[in-house]
Amino acid sequence: MSLDLTSLTLRSPSGELLFAPLTLSVPLGDVVTVMGPSGVGKSTLLDAIGGHLTHGFGCSGSIKLNGREISTIPAETRQVGVMFQDAHLFPHLSVGDNLAFGLPSHIKGRAMRRSTVEAALKQAGLAGRYDDDSAALSGGQRARAALMRTLLAEPEAVLLDEPFSKLDSSLRDEIRHFTFSHIAARGIPALMVTHDEADAHVTRGRCIALKKPESD
Amino acid sequence: MNTDGRYLRLTVLSIVGFGLMLPIVLGFWQTGRAAFGLFPALGRDTLSLAPWRELVTLPGFGTSLKLTLVTGIGATVFSLLLATGFCAAVHSRITPGAGARMLTPFLAIPHAALAVGLAFVLAPSGWIARGLAPFVGWDRPPDLATVNDTWGLALIVGLMIKEVPFLLLVILSALTQIPVAKHVSAGRSLGYGRGVVWIKIIMPQVWPMIRLPVWVVLAYALSVVDVAMILGPSNPPTLAVAITRWFNAADPGQIMPASAGAILQVLIIALGIAVFVLGECLMRRVGRWWLRRGGRGLSTEPGLQLASVITVVLMAIGMLAMLSLLIWSLAWRWPFPQFLPESWSLRSWVNSSNGWQRALSNTVFLAITTTVLSVALAIAWLEGEDRARRGRAAWAEALIYLPLVIPQVGFLYGLNIAFLKIGISGDMTAVIWAQALFVFPYVMIALSDPWRALNRRTLDSAASLGAGPLKRLVKIKLPILLRPILTATAIGVAVSVAQYLPTLFMGAGRIATLTTEAVTLSSGSDRRVTGVYAALQTMLPLVAYLAAFLIPAFLHRNRRDLNGTIQT
Repeated sequence: MSLDLTSLTLRSPSGELLFAPLTLSVPLGDVVTVMGPSGVGKSTLLDAIGGHLTHGFGCSGSIKLNGREISTIPAETRQVGVMFQDAHLFPHLSVGDNLAFGLPSHIKGRAMRRSTVEAALKQAGLAGRYDDDSAALSGGQRARAALMRTLLAEPEAVLLDEPFSKLDSSLRDEIRHFTFSHIAARGIPALMVTHDEADAHVTRGRCIALKKPESD
Repeated sequence: MNTDGRYLRLTVLSIVGFGLMLPIVLGFWQTGRAAFGLFPALGRDTLSLAPWRELVTLPGFGTSLKLTLVTGIGATVFSLLLATGFCAAVHSRITPGAGARMLTPFLAIPHAALAVGLAFVLAPSGWIARGLAPFVGWDRPPDLATVNDTWGLALIVGLMIKEVPFLLLVILSALTQIPVAKHVSAGRSLGYGRGVVWIKIIMPQVWPMIRLPVWVVLAYALSVVDVAMILGPSNPPTLAVAITRWFNAADPGQIMPASAGAILQVLIIALGIAVFVLGECLMRRVGRWWLRRGGRGLSTEPGLQLASVITVVLMAIGMLAMLSLLIWSLAWRWPFPQFLPESWSLRSWVNSSNGWQRALSNTVFLAITTTVLSVALAIAWLEGEDRARRGRAAWAEALIYLPLVIPQVGFLYGLNIAFLKIGISGDMTAVIWAQALFVFPYVMIALSDPWRALNRRTLDSAASLGAGPLKRLVKIKLPILLRPILTATAIGVAVSVAQYLPTLFMGAGRIATLTTEAVTLSSGSDRRVTGVYAALQTMLPLVAYLAAFLIPAFLHRNRRDLNGTIQT
């Protein structure tokens, strides 16, 4: 049970191969870090796994999540959570409704759904802020709320796209530990793209480098 | 991935193709046939150039043609110069949001209503003359043709009051994509005057972004009918007015030369655009030579001030014009030299209530149906682009602008012939259809930029949380984009209310709206009743704009990130 990439290749709209074919297995509970020069297609790799590729990009090879081939199905059915550089909280929803947005339908009943969200808010240090405007949160609070929103949707894997790069350095450690401890607690595979060596260091997981394909 | 939303895009494409493009093609086809001698209804079925020969021998043809070129190109060039100069002078002092709010009344007011108001203000017995009277000693209106003058000056002024604010808005929104302040200070630190920096550095960057809107203004000014009827010379009038008269003449024999004129109108716009393109090429060469010479030209400051002063004066006259509509509708006795009415009364409103209530309900019905249809189609189009995760092809963008750069008088009569054949001429359906041809492009243009400005990652986040395309549209995009959607709706209402020719031709004279009535009444003598219709005509779009401002402000009162961030 894991996230498995087999001979995954990506092509830009101009047909150019982004990196050498990638085969990678991320076991449950592990965080694998992907590093590499800018422009090599790290974010595009996450887009391909999450189902967010823009038109024109080509993707071949296989992406399996817990044995299920997901490369051909839409993003919303892949059960792959994504954390971007920004929290991307929905500006028209309150803090609590942001978290409730991804709550699966098997959690039934208003009271049950509400208390699930309240519990997650409490874990994120946001107890009692259900009805607040999401724009009123600080940077660190937004990052924690975004992670909780992602995890409440019960993803089978999480992708992190330079998730701490925009945070103040004073906050970065705290959010990093918050993020990785919560992901570890779920026991799901995670794939992180980063420029920051410190990110890779904290995960104590494997670190791979994406390289430009050798020119032929 | 690119098969996502294929059915949606196919549906949108066929609606745009059959609903919006086909009528235009059919209209030109029918008009073109008549222009070259094929008009079976009159028993004419041989290809010939006779309609063209008839056209050029019609009385006043040459004058009309000259008048059209002078007023159309003149109004466009002056509007562009003023808008550019005004922007250069005030840009550093106003935010785009504040600018948009200031310009809103001018954008909202229908052309015809402004023209009626302007006629009230400029006429020999109008407000300006009344203001001057005590100083000059007039006790009766001066014998001057200040409106409907043979030069078309009143018409040029009327067009400029509408087009300068439009171009200002377009330029201001283009400027948000350029680091203007930095470029201006860089230029000034090199010793270039403010105006010269604008001409040499800023405008070359702005022009590609405003080229299409300028062409729209040019095409409009060259082919406008309602404003030219109210403010332009009447005998001979501009070509577009003359064509409209010939189409509606008692003698059906005039339909064929009128059709030739309609096709000529297209050629005139093509010629006008060609002149602008040529000017652009020329500017590119001369401009480069001029740039390399490095002249500092410190003397542009007076030019900028002049442009600002003229712009402010025009806006002030425009405001007076809007105010005068209301005052005339409430006036009872208002003898000449007095600045305000001697007695006030609601009688004009009460006495004409049967008429205006019917026109108002027709206008509201048409505005709501055409706008709702257009906004729905625009949202479907943009959603289709999102689902395919791709941008818009150049041909699609051209398709959107097409109805705005072709003359209405060029194809609407031909389209009406087609509508007659399928039996809907004179119906509400026909008018809704014809109005939507012009409402949709404006709605689409207004909605496109804010729609695309929505962060793609916000939508990716929603998808990764398990929200499918429909849920993303309904729960994320539409609520976040509420303000621009309502703004586009208000623009749609304003465009629909302002439509004159589509209502006149397709309604076959049977469907009266505030605009058709105001234009008809404006040639009569009772300013008070005209004031009633034109005031109502102005109020409708203003109410729509007000709602577009208040509804999101109320619904998003606790959502800081949605308050005034996305302004169009």
